Amino acid sequence: MITNLLYSFGGLMLFSMGLFALIACSHPLRKILAINVMATGVFLILIATAYRQIGTGEIDPVPQAMVLTGIVVSVSVTALALILACRVQETSNHSLIQRKKDDFTRTGT
Amino acid sequence: MISFEGQSWIILPLILPLAAGLFCFLSRRWAFALSLTAALGNLLSIGVLLNQFLDTGPLTYNVGNWKTPLGIALRIDGPSILMLLMTAVTGLGITLYARGYFAFRIAVPKRIGRHERQERFFWPLWMTLWASLNGLFLSADIFNMYVTLELISIPAVALAALSGKPASQIAAFRYLLVSLLGSLSYLLGVVFVYKTYGVLDLVLLSGKTASGAGMAALALMSVGLLLKTALFPMHFWLPPAHANALAPVSAILSSLVVKGSFYLLFRLWFDVFASAVTEPMVNILGTLGAGAIVWGALQAIRQKRLKLLVAYSTVSQLGYLFIAFPLAYLDMGTHWGTVAFMVLAHACAKSAMFMASGTIFLHAGHDRINDLAGVRSYIPVTVFAYAIAGVNIMGLPPSGGFIAKWLLISSSINSSQWWWGIIVMIGSLLASVYIFRVVSRFFVIPEGYKVPDRRPHSPLLEWPALVLALIALLLGLIAPYPLHILETGNSLFSMVSPKGLPL
Amino acid sequence: MNAHGWLLVCILLSSFLPGIVIFALPEEKTGLRTTLNLCGSVMKIVLIMVMNIGIFSGRIYEISLPVIPGVVLLLNADPLSALFSTLSSVLWLLTTIYAVGYLEDSPNRSHFFGYFSLCVTVTIGIALAGNLVTFLLFYEMLTLTTYPLIIHRGTEKALRAGRNYLIYTFCGGGLFLFAVVWLQTITGPASFTTTGFSSVLLESHRTQLAAIFLMLIAGVGVKAAIVPFHGWLPQAMVAPAPVSALLHAVAVVKAGAFGIIRIVLDVYGVENLSRLRLLPYLNIAAAITVLWGSIMALQQDDLKRRLAFSTVSQVSYIALGISLVDQPFAVIGGLVHLVHQGLMKITLFFCAGNLAETLGIHRISEMKGVARRMPLTMAAFSIGALGMIGIPPTVGFVSKWYLGLGGLAAGNWLLIAVLAVSSLLNAFYFLPILTQAWFGTQTAPWPEERSFGRFETRLSLLLPPLITAVIVIVLGTLANAQFSPLTWVNFIIRGYGL
Repeated sequence: MITNLLYSFGGLMLFSMGLFALIACSHPLRKILAINVMATGVFLILIATAYRQIGTGEIDPVPQAMVLTGIVVSVSVTALALILACRVQETSNHSLIQRKKDDFTRTGT
Repeated sequence: MISFEGQSWIILPLILPLAAGLFCFLSRRWAFALSLTAALGNLLSIGVLLNQFLDTGPLTYNVGNWKTPLGIALRIDGPSILMLLMTAVTGLGITLYARGYFAFRIAVPKRIGRHERQERFFWPLWMTLWASLNGLFLSADIFNMYVTLELISIPAVALAALSGKPASQIAAFRYLLVSLLGSLSYLLGVVFVYKTYGVLDLVLLSGKTASGAGMAALALMSVGLLLKTALFPMHFWLPPAHANALAPVSAILSSLVVKGSFYLLFRLWFDVFASAVTEPMVNILGTLGAGAIVWGALQAIRQKRLKLLVAYSTVSQLGYLFIAFPLAYLDMGTHWGTVAFMVLAHACAKSAMFMASGTIFLHAGHDRINDLAGVRSYIPVTVFAYAIAGVNIMGLPPSGGFIAKWLLISSSINSSQWWWGIIVMIGSLLASVYIFRVVSRFFVIPEGYKVPDRRPHSPLLEWPALVLALIALLLGLIAPYPLHILETGNSLFSMVSPKGLPL
Repeated sequence: MNAHGWLLVCILLSSFLPGIVIFALPEEKTGLRTTLNLCGSVMKIVLIMVMNIGIFSGRIYEISLPVIPGVVLLLNADPLSALFSTLSSVLWLLTTIYAVGYLEDSPNRSHFFGYFSLCVTVTIGIALAGNLVTFLLFYEMLTLTTYPLIIHRGTEKALRAGRNYLIYTFCGGGLFLFAVVWLQTITGPASFTTTGFSSVLLESHRTQLAAIFLMLIAGVGVKAAIVPFHGWLPQAMVAPAPVSALLHAVAVVKAGAFGIIRIVLDVYGVENLSRLRLLPYLNIAAAITVLWGSIMALQQDDLKRRLAFSTVSQVSYIALGISLVDQPFAVIGGLVHLVHQGLMKITLFFCAGNLAETLGIHRISEMKGVARRMPLTMAAFSIGALGMIGIPPTVGFVSKWYLGLGGLAAGNWLLIAVLAVSSLLNAFYFLPILTQAWFGTQTAPWPEERSFGRFETRLSLLLPPLITAVIVIVLGTLANAQFSPLTWVNFIIRGYGL
């Protein structure tokens, strides 16, 4: 039970740290990393729930299936985020950090 | 051996667009034909499902005959089939429009390559997005809903970046981050739910009694979904993302994608966790909704560009959906009705508006509102579509928006919360200001105006928008049917959960 | 629902379908467009006459479409709807003829006539509405269909007028919607009846019902241009003359006045209102409007603006009569004025349009001696103006006579005084125009003269005002004839047991 709690608590810590970094850091790469840290936190909590009944050796398979799915989703999303960040750097000639405000209001079709 | 008897029809809305999406990658030439086939097949299968549903009530299907919790169950009830139907109709309209849109752009001599590339990527992304949306509406458990939410985000973000302009890519990147944050928050909520109750199925969950951890889970999931639904003040990402995208993409994002996360949110609050929801909670959402209505409308009034105006109008219209929370809480029984009309009418009207704005942009070469006079002389159908969609957004009779407004006001009076009704009225007055700011320009043809050389375009560029706008307008006249569908479906949850007690 | 109900749908379609087709017609197909318009309006008159005969012989016309629980769209023709729809359809035919001539060589006619037809459709819809929701539906649609007509010229001034019109009418419409929903939560979905809602409700919801009444009246009062909600009307004068004629005589202002009648007689009912004791307020508001409109009209030099303020004043006679709801004579005066004011005012606007179109005259100071150049137009104008003052044998006299009788019977000296003063003011602002036009001598050349051959102006511009002027005289002299508006109004109020 203690182990379970420990894992959950660690997971929550990771999630909060990631959240903080996502808000505080302005570099796109750091933001992507922060998202990944948050995801890892959630997976950690999830995998801890699988370990339900100590002693009987019975392990709940559902959270494991969920974590696997989650990891796949997370990897593909990270890939998308990375390619998008690269594309932004290439086309806008200036990094996201020093973007101009009007980039967000300019329309285009 | 798959037999298309009975409930197997339920997988078609998933398979058809997904298959079309995969094949679209292979052949550019057949992309449109494939997508159109998928769209029509999807509409047909949803028609069949609707028929079955009206006969027998809610349908459940276990994919591959695997039982839950390890297998994946698909389920249809009243609200979900309405959402599927909305997606099918609006999606068909957008598919047709997109064809006209890309054909028109590709016909421009310069930058053909770029325009062709955009079209090549549009079709598979759009079809995947469609499959994911259908998946969300069909899902029977909250984890699958997480997966479908992510599956929606990925093509949605890619589509938002499709125009290739720096502004749209920055907006898309921001959209992605917000969307991921929302998904992770939701996922954490799902984990809490599983930890506490050990089940993920919506109907099973609705039978559980609320606890502290359950409330925390609901809070986490809600915050995530609110971010994705762009409720004020979490709407900051929406206007740039929607306004900078290509016109068919804006229509998809504004009319369908935000509705997905809203649908899930409303489900959680009023079907699954109905017993845990308290009055202060719904009042917070109602207040934010009121803020969205007023703020979004004021911003829309201030905009100089047509597409940004329409995007802010979405922010404002989403507010109405949240006004429904406090009203539904005290005036149970009507809750899905109000929201369903709002969602259906807005989906049709808003996509029509974005399509019309796109057509105007293509023809006029800009979308500065003040310079739009005279547009009527060469694209009258589009202008008409815009105006009719505007009638919907303003909530004038007989549109679906009017029915929604009527239901909102009448339940605000019934439950003695008349101030929500007043907010609704103020919202529609402000909406009429921003709608007529544009429409009055359309009506004017300045003296000595010379009609510019009109480039020929296929009817697909103009008519889908008009048809969708008319559907939204006439929704008020066929109102009994959606309500009948909802009545058939609500039984699924009211059997299990102890909610539904009036005042 | 019965088979006769479809007649009502046909009446609506007889102008709706031509309207839709006209939108699609190319600009240069003038002949086809005119034919469609005229066929539609003649057909509508015929159908309405059939309906009137049916109503007179006690047949019930009703058709309904349930929308959501508590909301039913209901078309139902009673004698009151017959009165308003007959007026609208006859004047629409004349206005169409006039508009065809008036806009002969101006651009965007498809657009104009399309909205023109839709506008009449929704006006008839207002007349045939069988409950408040249906009334609201058409009432809001009226705003939408008249807006493009008001801004038809597309100038900055027109756009500003259109914007003001929308602000006023949407605020009024919003108030109205809120009140309708509120009323329904108390009374349930009720259709118009001759007795109003059950008086039992008055015991339990007295304050709410009083508040709702005021909101409803304010909501329709915007279109009826009751002071202080009249600001949009004089500005809307920038519209082309046929539109002004339509707005003032048939559609918008009348829809508001008709709404007041419906709310007083059919929603609340005579008995409930006399127990609520709210009508004196309506009475005072109407009295103020009558006087205010007349005083403002005195100060205008622009002919159309003077007519506009005169409308503000004259339409409130209707409210004035209705507000004395337990006096049959006053109600008769108010109801019959709905028709009479329409006939007189449309004559005046047609004539004003003729002056502007033929001679370029917009101001009263330019009208010296104009009767020698355009005798027929000015004759029609004079009949309309004398009617407004209330001189026999015009219809204006009939209205004022009954209103006065009602005021006397009620011992309501306010009404008598208002009638006397406003008639005096009417004389003050109309008689100088007439004397100048007939007896003045032309001092300057006409601002913008155009010649139209044999007649003083284009025939299609000349005939409509002459016809309405003749009707004004004929209905004034034969007020008690079978099927005159007065007889029909008597038939109406018999239904209310007055």
